[in-house]
Amino acid sequence: MAVSEVQVEAAVEGFAERAPLATVVLGLIRRQPLGAAGALIVIIMILMAAFAEFVAPYDPIANNFEDMLLAPGAKYWLGTDEFGRDILSRLIYGARTALFVGFVAAFVGATSGLVLGVASAYFGGRFDLLFQRVMDVFMAFPLIILALAVVSILGTGIQNVIIAITIPFIPNCARVVRSNALAIREIPYIDAARACGFSHARIILRHMVPNVMAPYLIMITAFVGQAILLEASLSYLGLGVQEPTPAWGLMLSGGAEEYAESAPWIAVFPGIGISLAVFGFNLFGDALRDVLDPKLRSR
Amino acid sequence: MRSVISKSAIALALGVTTALWVGGAAAAETPKRGGTLLYVIPSNPPSADAHRETTFGTIHPFAQFYSVLIRVNPDNPASPTDIVCDLCTEMPKPTNGGKKYTFKIRKGVTWHKTAAGAKVSEDVKKVYDQVGGTPLTAQDVKATFDRIIFPPEGVKSARKGFYTMVEKISAPDDETLVFDLKYPSGAFIPALAAPYNFVYSKKVLDMDQRWVEKNVLGSGPFRFVEWQPGAFISAERNPDYYHEGKPYLDGTEAIFAKKYSINLQALRGGRAYIQFRGFPPKMRDDLKKALGDKLTVQESAWNCALFMTPNNKKPPFDDVRVRRALTLAIDRWGGSKYLSKIAIVKPVGGIVFPDHPLAATKEELEQIAGYWPDIEKSRAEARRLLKEAGQEDLEFVFHNRAVDMPYKIVGTWMIDQWAKIGVKVTQRVQPTAPFYATLRQKKDFDVSMDFNCQSIVNPLIDVSKFNSDDISGNQYAGYQDRVLDDMWEKMNRTGDVAEQRRIMRAFEKRALDEKAYQFVTLWWYRIILHRSDVKGWKISPSHYLNVDLSNIWLEEPLRSESLK
Amino acid sequence: MYQYIIKRLLLMVPALFGAAVLVFFLMRLIPGDICDLRIGGEGGYRDLEMVAACRTEFGIDDPMYVQFLEFVWGFIRFDLGTSMWTGQPILYELGLRFELSLQLAIMTTVISILIAIPLGTISAIKQDTWIDYVVRSFSIAGIAVPSFWLGIMIILGLLIYTQAWFGTPWMPPIKYVPLWEDPGYNLSMLIWPAMATGYRYSAVATRMTRSALLEVLREDYVRTARAKGLLEKVIINRHALKNALLPVVTVIGIEFAFLMGGLVVTEQVFNLNGLGKLFVESVINKDYTLTQALVMLVVTIFIFVNFAVDLLYGWLDPRIRYA
Repeated sequence: MAVSEVQVEAAVEGFAERAPLATVVLGLIRRQPLGAAGALIVIIMILMAAFAEFVAPYDPIANNFEDMLLAPGAKYWLGTDEFGRDILSRLIYGARTALFVGFVAAFVGATSGLVLGVASAYFGGRFDLLFQRVMDVFMAFPLIILALAVVSILGTGIQNVIIAITIPFIPNCARVVRSNALAIREIPYIDAARACGFSHARIILRHMVPNVMAPYLIMITAFVGQAILLEASLSYLGLGVQEPTPAWGLMLSGGAEEYAESAPWIAVFPGIGISLAVFGFNLFGDALRDVLDPKLRSR
Repeated sequence: MRSVISKSAIALALGVTTALWVGGAAAAETPKRGGTLLYVIPSNPPSADAHRETTFGTIHPFAQFYSVLIRVNPDNPASPTDIVCDLCTEMPKPTNGGKKYTFKIRKGVTWHKTAAGAKVSEDVKKVYDQVGGTPLTAQDVKATFDRIIFPPEGVKSARKGFYTMVEKISAPDDETLVFDLKYPSGAFIPALAAPYNFVYSKKVLDMDQRWVEKNVLGSGPFRFVEWQPGAFISAERNPDYYHEGKPYLDGTEAIFAKKYSINLQALRGGRAYIQFRGFPPKMRDDLKKALGDKLTVQESAWNCALFMTPNNKKPPFDDVRVRRALTLAIDRWGGSKYLSKIAIVKPVGGIVFPDHPLAATKEELEQIAGYWPDIEKSRAEARRLLKEAGQEDLEFVFHNRAVDMPYKIVGTWMIDQWAKIGVKVTQRVQPTAPFYATLRQKKDFDVSMDFNCQSIVNPLIDVSKFNSDDISGNQYAGYQDRVLDDMWEKMNRTGDVAEQRRIMRAFEKRALDEKAYQFVTLWWYRIILHRSDVKGWKISPSHYLNVDLSNIWLEEPLRSESLK
Repeated sequence: MYQYIIKRLLLMVPALFGAAVLVFFLMRLIPGDICDLRIGGEGGYRDLEMVAACRTEFGIDDPMYVQFLEFVWGFIRFDLGTSMWTGQPILYELGLRFELSLQLAIMTTVISILIAIPLGTISAIKQDTWIDYVVRSFSIAGIAVPSFWLGIMIILGLLIYTQAWFGTPWMPPIKYVPLWEDPGYNLSMLIWPAMATGYRYSAVATRMTRSALLEVLREDYVRTARAKGLLEKVIINRHALKNALLPVVTVIGIEFAFLMGGLVVTEQVFNLNGLGKLFVESVINKDYTLTQALVMLVVTIFIFVNFAVDLLYGWLDPRIRYA
């Protein structure tokens, strides 16, 4: 399943250089309507996160017990939680947390995986064998212990939650990248590069990495969604981001059980937020794969 | 803002009337025999040995199998001072200047024979064959309390510190048990009535002290059938039970389910009839709405309190002004009103369980920092203190336990309270084990949530949490104060209630206000939900009490339904 | 072939050792121990002497390397020891839960295959039509909904709707009865979590079926078959699907391995006394021996399933040969 260099470059160029922008966008919407919908969701999230201060109607943190557990209405469009905080404002600020966790974890995880996967394929032999076994262990190892260890040792700050989430991404991405890179390694030009006396680093970075960009990009978009979900699951186990920070996973896990019936809006809206975000990133990732992997391009 | 004293006064008055009313109702409603009680336990018990464990997870499933010497009156469990006999015949009057208690043990109590449907190994059956059916005597009770108070090598007794006043235990004959004390103590009788003091068979203990950890052989209202760790425990009626006519149920089945949502749904969907720990207020409202008359709600103040504990060794919390500011910022009276709608907290109280005679009255409380009736004045004083201490821009990390109810809820509320005096607080939450490690070993927190949760209300012992940290096993603020320690000793060595009360006030004022070591935030509030057809059970101020299930009976249709 | 199998089996040893090292030291790096929880864990009186005695009993005081050697030596002899929490033999604790977890994993896998293969096939055949879009949205939605929330909603939904339709609220049983004792009762308990997780786990397999099938449909032999004038149905069923199944089998296999110990959240939401719930409890209780045994069990299953999947690969695709 080698993705040949020429095809990938063509695809990437197709993204970068075709003009004007409007035509590209329209073309994309026509060819990849789901992907475009995903992109739209992602863009809205990014805007919400960036301009939270201007968009959010209320302070997301201050308690206001006079208005506790109000149903969605004119004053609070999406209702209030048990501390009388506006759900909409918390959702908007929460987008910031979600995106931050999602992007950083995905980028760090996928990039580490990329480097390790390519290196493993390039060096092969014992290194590869050993590396694969290490990855086996990490893939099978329960996330909850890793997360608990990270959070207990380093504390529950956002950055530590990100570290916990990143760890399982690395072997996932490394595996996929490795299998792609193995095929590329067999292409004669790598041998040629070696014959020229190029350093390992140069061959890996200049010649192999660009050829596995397609799976890498696809993994990143998938990871963003997964990271947002994982953050929610960690919150459910009490290991995620902490109150009073507005975060979707925290909002959902705190209210989901207790208020499932009497004040469902507490859980439903963050639930929808998480679902939509994951949905958006996945749709976008799928479309990206279709575009980048020429074999799947429509007839 | 209801007053605590008047509330307890009303409660007392109501207690009398409800007691009368319930008495009348009970006369009209004769308990019916039969049926199986299905209940849920939000825990997975470690072992069956209540002497070594400290969790309700061991009490809820296993109390039904055992007798105890004395206990909180099952017909009046709301009273923290009404203690009656179970195995003894009469509550003794102390002799020898308050230093000698002589109990007469009931005749005709026998150890359980193997239950008809019991699923136990051959080895266990052999033990039952030897012990089952033989009479329980004062020797068994002595062996039990010897194990608790003077545990032999290798045996773990979690509460032997409750009994430092005991000199020796003797059983001159099979019906007499004598406790000789080193000094008279008001803490002795409540300590004996602790619900953990299951009476074990001397024969069994002589054979293997640890047999009772994994196996059950008691003399209580129900006989053991099966225990599947993590899943369920089942029991059948003990036909030879010594309390006339009891138990009413044919059997019981408890399911272990840690999630409260599952507990609630089980009640709603008929998979369980009662849960003995408690539910949050919102769950109560939801279930009441769904089940209407089919659901009965019983509520009570709870002998557990959330603490706010500054690290007295870590600057700036080594400064009493800063610590006082932290407590002055918290509007307990207002918080009680709102938080009681969303969390299992309600009563405002000092260091003693609010419904106990030794507790501070509302007037007394209002003299203590953090309980002032005027919150604005209190917060102004807090700001002044911070300024004086040079800590106007105080920022710190609040350390909390990763449990929603009520820790994280109250934590989130307190952070907002502190924001009102300009203190910026972030929260760090940890699961239970690392949370304790921070409090007990690492001690690197700024300010932490802490809690004090006891079974039988025994204020003299319960407040030992305020003693110096080299004496008290559960004081995490990190201070040493010999004056407090002395007061505590004096309080415990007098049988005179008025004197106890006087020392308690000074003790409380010093700990909470003058020295401002650590603080009570709000006391817990217990809400028990059960199907209305579950009868005969009454709420107590602790989830450890009154769960031997002997007084429970089922009304139709639950009685027949449970037979399915 | 045999050489390959032996080599793979030998490679399991370092992997298992790695897992052993990791779980052993991570669990001890997390502050707090089981004695903190068993003595005064609920805010009550705490006897300092008892705490010390407890640490001695469980060997938590022993030097790390002694504890580690004991654990590894026990594992080699298949002696897993006793749980620090209940004092029961770990094999007994696992035995109680294994059946439920296995049944749930099988049911979930079957459900996810039943969803994934037809939907993936339809989606590939109708590529870029609205049917494709609906199917893909449906399957992605499966991953996007947090599983604990879905579980709560299912139980609550059942309670509310059975009350509305039949007058009495019904919820799935919360006490496990083996399949062979009472099949109806057993299934009425496990079908809900199996559906919830099956739907969730089908998402990846659906997408994999779709893309694999798309790839195969462009292969030369499919074109030849088309040129021969074979019916599209025959082409798909006889030729394309079998070859496309390869990566799908991989995904399903690996997911099965995860399911055996990984249903941590679902088992809690539905109160299933399985390995996942036991695992969470053991980690929270800091029950070192039990956690170590469970992690080793899950890792072993994972490695074996991976291995089996690779062998299956060779069987399904004659082009792959093991050297």
